[in-house]
Amino acid sequence: MAEFKEAPAGAGAGEKLLTWVDNRFPVTKFYKDHLSEYYAPKNFNWWYIFGSLALVVLVIQIVTGIFLVMNYKPDAGLAFGSVELSIMRDVPSGWLIRYMHSTGASAFFIVVYLHMFRGLIYGSYRKPRELVWVFGCAIFLCLMAEAFMGYLLPWGQMSYWGAQVIVNLFSAIPFVGPDLALLIRGDYVVGDATLNRFFSFHVIAVPLVLLGLVVAHIFALHEVGSNNPDGVEIKAKKDALGRPLDGIPFHPYYSVHDLYGVGLFLMVFCSIVFFAPEMGGYFLEANNFIPADPLKTPLHIAPVWYFTPFYSMLRATTSDMMPFLWAFLVVVDRLVVSRAKAPGWMKIGYKGVLAFLFFGFGVAGVLMGWAGMNVPDALAPILSGADAKFWGVVVMGGAVIILFFLPWLDASPVKSIRYRPSWHLWMYVVFVIFFAILGYLGVKPPSATGGLISQIGTIFYFGFFLLMPWWSAKGEPRPVPDRVTYHAH
Amino acid sequence: MIKKLIATLLIGAGLGLAGGAAQAEEGGIHWDTFPVDKMEDMASLQNGAKLFVNYCLNCHGANYMRYSNLRQLGLSDEQIKGNLLFTTEKIGDVMKVSLEPRQAKEFFGAAPPDLTVITRSRSELGKGTGADYVYTYLRTFYRDPTKATGWNNLAFPSVAMPHALWELQGQRAAVFAEEEDPHEHGKKTEVFKGFEQLTPGKLNDHQYDEAVGDLVAYLQWMGEPAQGQRFRLGVIVLLFLSVFTLCAWRLNAAYWKDVK
Repeated sequence: MAEFKEAPAGAGAGEKLLTWVDNRFPVTKFYKDHLSEYYAPKNFNWWYIFGSLALVVLVIQIVTGIFLVMNYKPDAGLAFGSVELSIMRDVPSGWLIRYMHSTGASAFFIVVYLHMFRGLIYGSYRKPRELVWVFGCAIFLCLMAEAFMGYLLPWGQMSYWGAQVIVNLFSAIPFVGPDLALLIRGDYVVGDATLNRFFSFHVIAVPLVLLGLVVAHIFALHEVGSNNPDGVEIKAKKDALGRPLDGIPFHPYYSVHDLYGVGLFLMVFCSIVFFAPEMGGYFLEANNFIPADPLKTPLHIAPVWYFTPFYSMLRATTSDMMPFLWAFLVVVDRLVVSRAKAPGWMKIGYKGVLAFLFFGFGVAGVLMGWAGMNVPDALAPILSGADAKFWGVVVMGGAVIILFFLPWLDASPVKSIRYRPSWHLWMYVVFVIFFAILGYLGVKPPSATGGLISQIGTIFYFGFFLLMPWWSAKGEPRPVPDRVTYHAH
Repeated sequence: MIKKLIATLLIGAGLGLAGGAAQAEEGGIHWDTFPVDKMEDMASLQNGAKLFVNYCLNCHGANYMRYSNLRQLGLSDEQIKGNLLFTTEKIGDVMKVSLEPRQAKEFFGAAPPDLTVITRSRSELGKGTGADYVYTYLRTFYRDPTKATGWNNLAFPSVAMPHALWELQGQRAAVFAEEEDPHEHGKKTEVFKGFEQLTPGKLNDHQYDEAVGDLVAYLQWMGEPAQGQRFRLGVIVLLFLSVFTLCAWRLNAAYWKDVK
């Protein structure tokens, strides 16, 4: 236990109170550890604003959410009206709260995608920051669940049918699928029961987990210290007092920095809220202004833009894709698994998985189909494998889950893109372009060319990660400096 | 290195947008542009409200809109009660339809949709706003004896709704000509050539367009009565944020000038 401190004689009431509290609760210690004596590298560039912005958006979402819940009715018969009549018309400034929340949802994904991309290019996920990254990925997963369930609540056509499509995906899981989908919906179709449980998850269950993870993310970060664009560990060079030479106290330097960034961000955010809340149909979809109608399926059902890269990967996974996917996993075996410094049983295990997937993917059945042969009925269970829709779900889920493993996939001797071989940059460029194209194709109705492009994009996405132990070790890195590169403002 | 990356990404994004714009111009007739300046014109909005109550509210409801919201169009309670309140007694009531949904389904084969947010639900990227659509739709009805209602529409072919504003516009027929498909040799397609006035309406073409413009302006306003307030508040908020950001920028510079 810390020693009991006394306020110096003649101290003001404020200082006395602080001393009293500090003896019972570590206010000053907390302030020092996380703000005034948390040393962050001084060479942050504008990419480093998105973490703070994500926190700002989180606060916007929670505060506006609290006010929305006061007027929203989670009832299939009342939900649409409680949004359109109560919140948008009756409640003073209800429209503002609602637009802030709907714009906030998209803004959250924009800042989080940029935040993740920054981590990607500067190697912020690497030792000793693996847990920072893992908690971050868990936050991203929570955010997706939060956004998906929140999207059902306005009870418009897109809310309803989007939920219907996504929940039906779970029924593609062998054996437990149909029961699982029933459990999620609470009914045989999306209905009042679904709305109620999604409401509960959206307003309390997921936010609770999310907040806990955000705290864990920040604590883990402050334990190891921030990375920086040079990927240099600032803790390696300290002054006589044990302060990193290239570090700078978070408060006031980065708090004023962030204040400036938040100002710029809010200008963009408010421009959307006040002048284009629908954002051309991307933030608030036109179809969602029609009340949910279980009897009328819209012609084209697409998730909101932030899910579409993953949705494209789901759609790309057709039975024709399965042999290529399997061949890709064989390439992963040749280039990564068989060369890895892993125990022998793991390598053999992977080959076993490949053999299993040959049948699970139905590779033989598809190849026979291409050759113009029919799969005999008796052999169909073995040769045709599981439904491609199921593998689509696996691909879509895998595309998110794979992010968790990034710290252990990267084999480059240096962290930051600045000192990696210059062709590595092109890997990231192509990765981002494919991700954007997948997102674009996901909002469009399916087409033959689009399907082919998204299949190539899907393979590239997984290749980027699963083959990373192979490609990231290649090439000659540039020398990494001892100290960060910093140019005074 | 990073600059190169950003430049490449921007070019990629530009190409993506260009591709999207090129793809959008497909299918359906071209939508006319709704005259948006009507949104600023109280007289137009009030006239639109009158047309809405007289011609639309018989079959369509606006269940998420209260009569009392019409005060925002500069109408007094007496004016609303005297001229617009036909289906209810109370000014705080929502704009319910007098027609039973079941009856409506019998009459038209489909229940007429609620119109509160109809313009917001009809916007289509690359084609136009929902107001553009409704403005086009209400001006492209024509007589078609092959349809149950005797009416058809260019913007919504085989629509179940008859021409509710026919006494204003009069009856028109559409003239189609068979032309060879420019993309496929030997295939004939019907090309719309123009309207032919069969019986005159109460309004001439120009007056009718004006009336429909007013009505659509009202529908657009009803879709979001707060939109005027939204714009005005937005300007104030952005002005404030500009000053705030300017201060934050200088504050940031003041702190960082000593960091070497």
